[in-house]
Amino acid sequence: MRFIVMVKATPQSEAGALPKPEMLAKMGAYNEQLAKAGILLGAEGLHPTSRGARISYAGAKPTITDGPFAETKELIAGFWLLQAKSKAEIIEWLARCPFEEGEQIEIRQIYDMEDFAPVMTPELTEQHERLGAHITSRSDGKP
Amino acid sequence: MSPLDAHRTVDAIWRIESPKLIAGLTRMVRDIGVAEELAQDAFVAALVQWPEAGIPRNPGAWLMAIAKRRAIDRFRREEVLERKHEALAHDIRVDDGADAAFAALDDDDIGDDLLRLIFIACHPVLSVEARVALTLRLLGGLTTVEIARAFLSSEAAVAQRIVRAKRTLSEAHIPFDVPDASERAARLASVLEVLYLIFNEGYAATAGDDVMRPALCEDALRLGRVLAELTPDDSEVHALVALMEIQASRAKARVGASGEPILLLEQDRGKWDHLLVRRGLAALSRAEALGGALGNYALQAAIAACHARARTPEETDWARIAALYDALAQLLPSPVVQLNRAVAVGMAYGPAAGLELVDALTSEPALQTYHLLPSVRGDLLEKLGRFSEAHAAYQRAAALAQNARDRTLLLDRAARCARA
Repeated sequence: MRFIVMVKATPQSEAGALPKPEMLAKMGAYNEQLAKAGILLGAEGLHPTSRGARISYAGAKPTITDGPFAETKELIAGFWLLQAKSKAEIIEWLARCPFEEGEQIEIRQIYDMEDFAPVMTPELTEQHERLGAHITSRSDGKP
Repeated sequence: MSPLDAHRTVDAIWRIESPKLIAGLTRMVRDIGVAEELAQDAFVAALVQWPEAGIPRNPGAWLMAIAKRRAIDRFRREEVLERKHEALAHDIRVDDGADAAFAALDDDDIGDDLLRLIFIACHPVLSVEARVALTLRLLGGLTTVEIARAFLSSEAAVAQRIVRAKRTLSEAHIPFDVPDASERAARLASVLEVLYLIFNEGYAATAGDDVMRPALCEDALRLGRVLAELTPDDSEVHALVALMEIQASRAKARVGASGEPILLLEQDRGKWDHLLVRRGLAALSRAEALGGALGNYALQAAIAACHARARTPEETDWARIAALYDALAQLLPSPVVQLNRAVAVGMAYGPAAGLELVDALTSEPALQTYHLLPSVRGDLLEKLGRFSEAHAAYQRAAALAQNARDRTLLLDRAARCARA
């Protein structure tokens, strides 16, 4: 099973403050643990929403809103992509994460392609195939 | 915490902590059977105490402390027993020195201990089946029931196999050490063989099978990634990880809706898992950067990578695949590798070149009853327009085919040639 673990934004992350060096070191050591356990598939941090945008779909034309956005607690500041046997295992790993007080994460299981089988049509499958081929051809073997 | 939640949490912690715990304990007590019992005792204590007291901040350290205490109790008991029997006093393992050794255990050693545990679980003194069971149990954190389900075996048989394996290791006085340079390549090959076997056992299982079986692919991959972190300079470890990542990337595409196998060139490449493809290609680059491009697993991974990089079957670099099979055939003189090489040559340089190689293999004893030989031959003959010979080859292949699906496919082709 694959999971995405989303790190919620904080006033500091939304202000674009970079993590302190000691926090980076702790997080680096933590990520190393995840890699050593063979469960880490990827991890990224995100710029604040002031550098992002939102598009809302309603009516004839989508509405574009530039960041920053309010409701900080609902925003995402980074994520991990992890693989494990159960949600309990992910929870146990994340319980060990060296976050400071006030931080929050959210754990979500990722759908498998086959979870969509009931709604896939041959046309959708073909489109997915083209998309997949495109993604593969872009991969250059770099991590 | 409800008892069910506690159970789930303890299960999750067992998966995370038990290999490290057993590895550390084996270093102290020099016996993996005793180490595993101590680790299990510690988890039983956790199941009793955690629902009440809550989960400790550092569950691994908590479990290790309990297990060490049990180990010391156990040795004191044995000591008393041995004294009663007037055993040799100097053979008693627990004294102040041992207490100090227990105290000295810290995180830096854990990696080394884990590597030692992998090497001992995959020791060549054990049968391959025993190595597989022991590796899944001690390093994969699987229960005996899970292993039995995955290998379509009975729980009693697996339990027995594990008990016997531990006894064999104990009786053979296998040291708990990372093998030295003279032995390392052979011992590492034994480890990689076990991981690849676990992977293939999962890979061979089809969609309709019990989910425990395909899950073996994930177990093997995870253990491969763990090993790659422990032995970052061993190119063949990265190469095996690359091979497994790339093969696993095709898991969803290789079985059709009714469970029929779908050949590589006919697979929907959109169903390939591109995250795994990228990871596989990265691991292969790492193996090659370490100078291991010509290793057994590196060559197999490089062949798999040629397919993974092709957006469509037509884009496949068959000339490179033929060259890689050529190198693999020199390393691994197997008629099956030769046959694969012939297929690649046929794709790269035309059916006549492929047929020449296949014809040279027809007298190979190991391939006499292998249906893919006449099947490949039929395909090449058909492409050359030699339909009556192709018809005969497909007929022969159908007669040798092991399952009905393959047989039907081959007979269809034979019929197509008869009409041509």
